[in-house]
Amino acid sequence: MSALTDLTIAQAGDGLDKGEFTARELTDAYLSAMADAQALNAYTAETPDRACAMADASDARRAKGAAAGPLDGIPLAIKDLFCTEGVLSTAGSHILDGFEPRYESTVTQNLWDAGAVMLGKVNMDEFAMGSANITSHYGPTINPWKAKSGDAAGKDLVPGGSSGGSAAAVAARIAAGATGTDTGGSIRQPGAFCGIVGMKPTYGRCSRWGVIAFASSLDQAGPLARTVEDSALMLQAMAGYDPKDSTSIDQPMPDFAAALTGDIRGLRVGVPAEYRMDGTPPEIEALWQQGIDWLRDAGAAIVDISLPHTKYALPAYYIVAPAEASSNLARYDGVRYGLRVEGEDLTDTYERTRAAGFGAEVQRRIMIGTYVLSAGYYDAYYLKAQRVRTRIADDFRNAWDSCDVILTPTTPSAAFAIGEKMDDPIAMYLNDIFTVPASMAGLPAISVPAGLSGDGLPLGLHLIAPAFGEETLFRTAGVLEDAAAFDARP
Amino acid sequence: MALDTDTVRRIARLARIHVDDGELAPLADELNNILGWIEQLDEVDTEGVAPMTSVVEMVQRLRADEVNDGDLQEDVLANAPDPADGFFTVPKVVE
Repeated sequence: MSALTDLTIAQAGDGLDKGEFTARELTDAYLSAMADAQALNAYTAETPDRACAMADASDARRAKGAAAGPLDGIPLAIKDLFCTEGVLSTAGSHILDGFEPRYESTVTQNLWDAGAVMLGKVNMDEFAMGSANITSHYGPTINPWKAKSGDAAGKDLVPGGSSGGSAAAVAARIAAGATGTDTGGSIRQPGAFCGIVGMKPTYGRCSRWGVIAFASSLDQAGPLARTVEDSALMLQAMAGYDPKDSTSIDQPMPDFAAALTGDIRGLRVGVPAEYRMDGTPPEIEALWQQGIDWLRDAGAAIVDISLPHTKYALPAYYIVAPAEASSNLARYDGVRYGLRVEGEDLTDTYERTRAAGFGAEVQRRIMIGTYVLSAGYYDAYYLKAQRVRTRIADDFRNAWDSCDVILTPTTPSAAFAIGEKMDDPIAMYLNDIFTVPASMAGLPAISVPAGLSGDGLPLGLHLIAPAFGEETLFRTAGVLEDAAAFDARP
Repeated sequence: MALDTDTVRRIARLARIHVDDGELAPLADELNNILGWIEQLDEVDTEGVAPMTSVVEMVQRLRADEVNDGDLQEDVLANAPDPADGFFTVPKVVE
């Protein structure tokens, strides 16, 4: 038998049910692997005692025939954006030094209710603002993959971001799955960079209660896992209506894993012309074409579509997201929790606390957000961006007349070396060029590992479905996964 | 509309972030770089287009009008940097 940490969530659940090993043995295997992988800097807080207690409780439930479901006894990593009761929760920021919430986020509580085991909290870009996990106060997380050739050969690579710790942990087999959050691509892009599946559900599927806020109209939790099936199993537990989040959606919850029938005959797959952008590397274009061929071979109908406002999604995002962030991050004042730097008076205390507590990228975005919301500029920037956002949502609405799901690349490149693109914020923002439009429209989307770059690094294919179309998304992703048969390992 | 250092100082003040005078000019360059890139949005015709207010079409559900929270003083103060006698504390604001 292969190592316990190599098992998918579905395989591990099977083994637990058959009594081949215990949840405690599975958890111990992960804790031991975590100890050997410290160099990745994936975890910001490890919770081995809690993990063992949760695993023992899981074994006790299973012994009584009362296992809670497919996640009972499965060891998971939690992005540090989720508040976890009594466990350090910092959003990767200095300003939340020492913050131990007195409550549990709804999504993590749902996972614990489903019997999952918490291994610890994982690293991320500060306040989820970044695409390389280099803005964390706790230092960069390192991608477990290494380039075999090219400029990045031998260098430490970024895992993507902002859910970089989540993606690196799952890829490195130091978590069976992980929670992430996606505001403009923060689950899907690191999923692609680390060769795993990253899934963002429809806005409102997962409660945002207890998730430290970045941009409230965009933030959405989702799973990172090694297979499409594992992602479906995780989302099943994470999602659901929550009266504590007024934007949480009160819709029936389908059986997501049951949607993985492997049958997409007659499905209409849209291929948007506007995603063929100048400067996209040939290997990304080639993988996209390969994905189109795979889906056609499986019986889908390929349809050329147009999403005319695609190129405006990213600049509009960089108004909307900073605007919402500047409001959400106003709460960090040095008075109620976290870091405090004493000043000459109250205002000076606020200003010095925030200058010391927020990193450069977070400060930059708060200032952009403050500016675009300020008197005299609100209409020209913020309202304009929200109007463009309506245009982007309308593009998708029109597209659904002729297709059921949309296929694109996930990212314009493979993972790059730590230190690259740091001097030019816009070059960094362009990482999310293919993922941001679905975020702006609140649509569910998934990245599936589909191949390797010429330098031996993983690349992802990206599927977008209509709102509440998670079943179509998982079904199509499952077919892509089977066709790609991606079995490369870091 | 390029930002000058006075505008950056005003924004920093509004955002309650201390910025040393020497950092204002480089920060203005950074912000202008981003705002310049954002200005491509002017190409989009948004005449008569309503700004997005709700990401997903949904009916707002109202909760029952009843007290379901409170009496959490200890929890609320648990993470405060300098609590005293059941209160948050700040530097003196009234002489």
